Amino acid sequence: MTLPENFLIEVIYLIATALFILALMWLNAPRTARRGVLAGEVGMILAVVGTLCEHGIIEYQWVAIALAAGAAIGIPLGLVQMTAAPQRTALSQAFGACCVTLVGSAEFYLRTPNVSKFTMSVLALEVVLGGLTFTGSLMAAGKLQEVKFIPQRPVTYRGQNIVNLVVLALAVGAAVALVRNPGHTIYYPIMVGIALVFGVMLIVPIGSADMPTVISLLNSYAGLAAAAMGFVLGSKLLIVAGALDGCSGFSLSVIMCKAMNRSFTNVMFGAFGQVQASSKGVEEARTVRSASAEEAAGILGAASKVVIVPGYGMAVAQAQHKVRELYDVLTKKGVNVTFGIHPVAGRMPGHMNVLLAEADIPYDRLLEMDDINSDLPQTDVALIIGANDVTNPAARTDTTSPIYGMPILDVDKAHTVMVIKRSMSPGFAGIDNPLYYLDKTLMLFGDAKGFVSDIVRELSGSGSSH
Amino acid sequence: MTSDILVNSLFVFMLAGFLGFQVIRRVSPLLHTPLMSLTNALDGISVVGAIILAGRHESKLAFWLGMIAIVAATSNIVGGFLITDRMLKMFKSSGPRKSQA
Repeated sequence: MTLPENFLIEVIYLIATALFILALMWLNAPRTARRGVLAGEVGMILAVVGTLCEHGIIEYQWVAIALAAGAAIGIPLGLVQMTAAPQRTALSQAFGACCVTLVGSAEFYLRTPNVSKFTMSVLALEVVLGGLTFTGSLMAAGKLQEVKFIPQRPVTYRGQNIVNLVVLALAVGAAVALVRNPGHTIYYPIMVGIALVFGVMLIVPIGSADMPTVISLLNSYAGLAAAAMGFVLGSKLLIVAGALDGCSGFSLSVIMCKAMNRSFTNVMFGAFGQVQASSKGVEEARTVRSASAEEAAGILGAASKVVIVPGYGMAVAQAQHKVRELYDVLTKKGVNVTFGIHPVAGRMPGHMNVLLAEADIPYDRLLEMDDINSDLPQTDVALIIGANDVTNPAARTDTTSPIYGMPILDVDKAHTVMVIKRSMSPGFAGIDNPLYYLDKTLMLFGDAKGFVSDIVRELSGSGSSH
Repeated sequence: MTSDILVNSLFVFMLAGFLGFQVIRRVSPLLHTPLMSLTNALDGISVVGAIILAGRHESKLAFWLGMIAIVAATSNIVGGFLITDRMLKMFKSSGPRKSQA
């Protein structure tokens, strides 16, 4: 048996594929996760080196320049603050999708009109998914970064879903025309153009609270586009990497949807997050109890078990380091402090965990929803920092509430509830929270960072006087 | 593409899909952000196709599209791996000394 000419390259690709799978396997626990990153990096370097050995590569200098330029852009993108992780991920996703779309387009123009029906179908799938992921991710990144000319609130109009479906149908129509006759190159730019527009239209009606689901879904599209590219190029490495990415994004978006008790269609087409009319329609003047930092510190210091529930507000106020100080001072007093993390807290899956880990809070103190909910009835104080909808008891009790049925953190079962909030304005989903009007609830009005540091000051002051 | 390669590719895709769901299911929710940024970086594998395009220089258009694609994908790869590692470095256990209070 004689070995094929590119046998060595194929073996290198095989090893790279194995390393990619290992990378994701090792990511299952914090202890082995960094090894996973290393495996991914080695796999990627092998894949690039293997490709450079491919037959017919002549422009080594140019490729080297492009690689260096990409690295020069990538390094600052890798050094952003952790609070900006969601928009960084979205932006990076846009770059990945951009690459897929460009490669697909170049392949089309190189091969046309000698493209088989099957290749043309996958190629169309590749560039349509790539194109809509590119603009969609850019829009998502813009919304997350709160870029001025991109509206934060969902933009909706009558017949929006019908318009979107018609646009999608046009793209599919152009794709079908190309599959029937790949020589009709005129349809190609039309198809790509529509895909790019569709990406924008898809994200415009999405509210900030749905970003975790949408980013995951775009991640999945990017993966599928890469897998489609693998079919076009006949590269198993690309197919596997793309399929892994597609699965990961899809799994995450399913988890996010479940955590909000909503379906995919509802997230994509439901335009959640507009200011909703009060569910009962009666605006009675309900009273809230508020407290000062001194009072809050007194209650926290006397507690034996405290659960802190962080939300996006903590990220916005960059309060995670102050929260860590609070954790330290309370732990020193012998208070058992844990953190309750809702799956959709923040703007991307796992957002809160990363921020708290950045502030050096040990990860075994960060508990998932189910674990913390069994603890909450025995908890003295639940302290909510910048979270809203994920603590809203209306999700359990009020069948008319838009979030009815969504799994929440049962903070209202704790003996005392404290909520740090800037004002009484409703959260991103625009839904009133009955938690704030409970007798056991104390509202701590102020900026999350400032208020937490006031509490810390009170606690350490009283600590030294004992 | 011959039907032989097509069937092979579909097999690989199906197996990778099943494997992917199994592997991802085991990832702790604690690490979902690093998971996203890592799969994001792995997605940059499309750089392979871009290198072939630019490297072979079969047409001017393909060359320049390939060049831009290399830059885009490499920035994705480098940034993705870098931030994932930075995130994971931060995850620390409180260790054995602090057992459940």
